Amino acid sequence: MASRGQVVAPASSFPSAGLIRRRPIVLGLAGLAALAVALAAGVGFGSVAVAPGETLGILTSRVLGLDVTRTWSAATEAIVWDLRLPRVLTAMVVGVGLAVAGATFQGLLRNPLADPYVLGTASGAALGAAIAVLIPVRIVFLEFGLLHGFAFLGALGSVVAVYRLSRIGGMAPLTSLLLTGYALGSLMAAGLAMAMHLSGAALRQIFTYLLGSFDAASWGRLAGAAPLVLVGVLLVMSRARALNGLLLGEETAAHLGVDVRRERVTLLALGSLITAAAVAVSGLIGFVGLVVPHVVRLLVGPNARLVVPLSALFGAGLMTFADLAARMLGEIPVGVVTAVIGAPFFLVLLRRSRTGYEL
Amino acid sequence: MTRPAIELRGVTAGYAGRAVIRDVTLSVDAGERVALVGPNGAGKSTLLRLVTGLLRPTAGEVLLDGVGIASLSREAIARRIAVVPQVAQLPFSARVEQVVALGRLPHENPLRGPRPADHAAVAAAIERVGLSALVGRDARELSLGERQLVLVAVAVAQAAPVVLLDEPTVHLDIRHQVDVMDLLADLNRREGATIVAVLHDLHLAARSFTRIVVLAEGRVAADGPPDVALSPDRIRDVFRVDPWVVGAAAWASVPPR
Repeated sequence: MASRGQVVAPASSFPSAGLIRRRPIVLGLAGLAALAVALAAGVGFGSVAVAPGETLGILTSRVLGLDVTRTWSAATEAIVWDLRLPRVLTAMVVGVGLAVAGATFQGLLRNPLADPYVLGTASGAALGAAIAVLIPVRIVFLEFGLLHGFAFLGALGSVVAVYRLSRIGGMAPLTSLLLTGYALGSLMAAGLAMAMHLSGAALRQIFTYLLGSFDAASWGRLAGAAPLVLVGVLLVMSRARALNGLLLGEETAAHLGVDVRRERVTLLALGSLITAAAVAVSGLIGFVGLVVPHVVRLLVGPNARLVVPLSALFGAGLMTFADLAARMLGEIPVGVVTAVIGAPFFLVLLRRSRTGYEL
Repeated sequence: MTRPAIELRGVTAGYAGRAVIRDVTLSVDAGERVALVGPNGAGKSTLLRLVTGLLRPTAGEVLLDGVGIASLSREAIARRIAVVPQVAQLPFSARVEQVVALGRLPHENPLRGPRPADHAAVAAAIERVGLSALVGRDARELSLGERQLVLVAVAVAQAAPVVLLDEPTVHLDIRHQVDVMDLLADLNRREGATIVAVLHDLHLAARSFTRIVVLAEGRVAADGPPDVALSPDRIRDVFRVDPWVVGAAAWASVPPR
């Protein structure tokens, strides 16, 4: 306790305060640089070799509308412009979405083990996708097939169901949400298993969705998912104060001026919308949404003002590199790559963090 | 005429239809220092929840500075009242100064975040509560008592004219109990802060507070200066122990059987 006459120290007396304040900027710049490298590598490399000069030429002629002398074939142009670029950008958008949704759900539920799929979005999307595969009707609207639509609706519908069911009974809202999410998720997993059992030859299609892939990325699908994800992420960023207040618990958050009931619904809706948009175009890709926010928190602390934007940046970079690795390894599922990168990385971080994570 | 900082008019409230607070009328003027005492289940914490607007009364009304609490936003309440909870669980590791900085949330622009004045207020709060040695430490590694001091620092950083404390000294050793009480007295004298603290320790209440409100079975059983509100008869009535009054500074020692 300070004695009465003691001089109040200025903020700069914190040890290495300058370093701590600069660190997020350094990390942000490093993330942007990594993302630029990921973009270049993702567009530049693939199963068909395209010379860097040609790739650059195709991009400048398409993006800037410059009249570059064509030294490449129409097929090469299609590979770079219609296959690789939308694929890389989709990976980035999905990486942004899953990482931010993970940070949102972890902060909202005050649970370090939460991920974007914790409230039933994954099982809802999977069940929706499986039902779409089983229905022998093919509808395509603006490049979105039945599978994308059903996955999106399944993800959103399951969160709405979890939220409404969780309000029955007198349990604490957060515990109730988590348990209801688990219960409903299990039920939908049973439905998914049944659908897979019935699917016969279409099993592979369901399986591909479950493992996640950017194989089917296109400009049209990107144009559908990107606005939802990016607007959702910006809105989550605007709720940073609420996420920060929730660090000390819902009651204390309320005492710090957070309208907890309203923010809970808002963040739940935003996190679910972002997740649904992401899984509709990519399938279920694990670990990015769980690991990236933790890595960011270990680097800059729990302040949501830093955690959300840096998670977006790191999520985009990680997903792009993971997809590139998946392509280079002969189109293996990207979810396998994120798990292989994410799980050991997470374990190392857990060992290095001094307190670990309590449940 | 100045309005009381906190005013309860005929308030009844509780949980799931069971009334915990019954027809309580109570007002606290700005600059008062009030200890709220009473046996377990008397409704002390419920009373605090009413004053912060977390619980709505089933009858009567709660006013802050003469304004009905139902018409105030959470943010407006947080700028008037800082609350020190008993404990708080952190789901992620956070350094002490990062936790104390949360006290500035009600003053922050939601989009722009903290400004230099907020950083200065955080540093001053850390210094004033005597936590400088803990800066940089993970708040989850601290002892319960140290964490309680961090929560006191959060409230000091919040710089609200009213500070409510829910048993702020349960995890503190006797030295830190006295330090926290002296800090509250200092906030009261220098900043004119209104202090309302729920306390179990009657010694501490009598030593550090000028007004004692005794709550029993959801009603105000006594209200006045320590020697009146905590008379031996009252303690016997309310707490069902036989007190042993040792001088003016140490009320209600209970003798060994």
